[in-house]
Amino acid sequence: MSGEHPIIRVEHAVKKFGHFTAVDDVSLRVEAGQILGLLGANGAGKTTLIKLILGLEALDGGDVFVFDERPSRASRARLGYVPQGLGLYSDLTVRQNIDFVAGAFGVAEPPEAPEAIAAAGGRLVGDVGLGVQRRLAFYCALLHAPELLVLDEPTSGVDPLARARLWDTIHQQAETGAGVLVTTHYMQEAEQCDDLLLMSHGRKVAAGTEAEITAGTKVVEVSTPSWVAAFDALSAAGLPVTLAGRVVRVAGLERAQIDEVLAAASVPATVRDVPATLEEKMVLADRPESAP
Amino acid sequence: MSVRPAAGGWGAEGCTVRFTSARGVVTALSDISLAVPRGQVTAVVGGDGAGKTTLLRVLAGRVTPGSGRVSAPDAHDMGFMPSASGVWRELTVDENLEFVGRAYGVRGARLAARRRTLLERADLLDAADRLSGRLSGGMRQKLGFCLAMIHEPELLILDEPSTGVDPVSRVELWRMIAETAATGRAVVMSTTYLDEAERVASVLVLDGGYALYAGDPRNIGSAVPGCVVRGAAAVVAGQAAWRRGPETHAWFAAEVPAGSEGVADPDMEDAVIALTLAHDARAADPRAAT
Repeated sequence: MSGEHPIIRVEHAVKKFGHFTAVDDVSLRVEAGQILGLLGANGAGKTTLIKLILGLEALDGGDVFVFDERPSRASRARLGYVPQGLGLYSDLTVRQNIDFVAGAFGVAEPPEAPEAIAAAGGRLVGDVGLGVQRRLAFYCALLHAPELLVLDEPTSGVDPLARARLWDTIHQQAETGAGVLVTTHYMQEAEQCDDLLLMSHGRKVAAGTEAEITAGTKVVEVSTPSWVAAFDALSAAGLPVTLAGRVVRVAGLERAQIDEVLAAASVPATVRDVPATLEEKMVLADRPESAP
Repeated sequence: MSVRPAAGGWGAEGCTVRFTSARGVVTALSDISLAVPRGQVTAVVGGDGAGKTTLLRVLAGRVTPGSGRVSAPDAHDMGFMPSASGVWRELTVDENLEFVGRAYGVRGARLAARRRTLLERADLLDAADRLSGRLSGGMRQKLGFCLAMIHEPELLILDEPSTGVDPVSRVELWRMIAETAATGRAVVMSTTYLDEAERVASVLVLDGGYALYAGDPRNIGSAVPGCVVRGAAAVVAGQAAWRRGPETHAWFAAEVPAGSEGVADPDMEDAVIALTLAHDARAADPRAAT
């Protein structure tokens, strides 16, 4: 996807806090109708990047355009934002929160609220369940029909059915032409995004579809009844070992190296190459010796 | 559901817990059973309000169920990591270990040995002098794990150890959890992440205090009543449908409708959503219960 007028265009963005570079030469585009997932460890720079796009932080280098302009109050009026903490006023009622947001965006008649929200209208936000709070935050972010939706960890702590309902809403927005930028820790949500951008230590380490990102990363799967011994031997050798059930996986190394370690530890095992997961790609990207 | 606590482990059987709140009586757990055998990781899965924390607190003896039985070791043979990690933020990493160790009678040479082993495994040795409040979320959760393990408990209870933890730290935490089970201890953890639940030996899926599924996570697909479908019928299924990226999946209480393709072995994500819908349908119309 590369339209003439992407909704978000970030070019070589840099943001420093003192000597710490939080965002280091990151470029991205979000087109109309596209869902871009921003993945990365804590401290990878995801939230800072979002703040640059919202105009809440000033750039130290590069450029950011939203709707073809630098972030401003005008661009803010055309986007909907759900922050990690949901951004609601917990000491106001549900109704007052809606009125406040509608007033701020100049919406005279907000769309009809879903029943769960309408039913809680007179209650303080702090007194309603987290599930209703989250739906309220989404409703408030969408009531001015934004052309861009920015979501920071929208589904953390949500049960699978409620999470599916939130993703239904996100897909509906994209299908009506909105661009969506969403951060997540939840690797399984990657499948809900059209494209992904992986960040580590402020840098972009990979971008593309899930298949494009994991392609070219070698993972060796070690199956053995003595999986504990295999796990210990490979960990002791300093290799990036993970467990999937009782199967041991090692990312980013050749089979021969694994065979060698297992042979030295006298652990009999079946060893084969398998496709990498996004999580493994991320762990490899985060290892200091694999700087891009 | 009648999972008896295995001879080689602990657990809860037929436990019901009700709380009285401003909104009336809330059933936090409804006839819940959970076996926590030694040598493996058992996971309790569900969203906020599913009853995960209540169940773990029942196992830890911190909540007494209105009915049901609990089998657990003495407090000094149990490690409990609360969802906020249980770390003292005003103390350094070392001070935390010393403070919690003392509460369990771990001191002197044993404390020094435990400290070294645990911090090494958690990759926290370099952070030993740091104030815990200044650690990253992932490091703090790993420290919380070390604190719960300081006295080498027989039963380790972890309440959402990985929530809000970045993927890289999650892998490290997971490694520590798996190693602990591998040394023969019983480990039970709660999580909102289904990919974690897929890795454990046994899983209990909770929704609103009810058990949707209990058993081997690999068999959850076959526990779904009716069927999960993709294709034309799914797209028009309304509230029974959900998106999986470019695809729409849906749950039907009966057989696969004409013109649609059944999802042969629903994965955990599809299965939990379908089981939740099936449970909601039964609750709405008890006569339809089978």
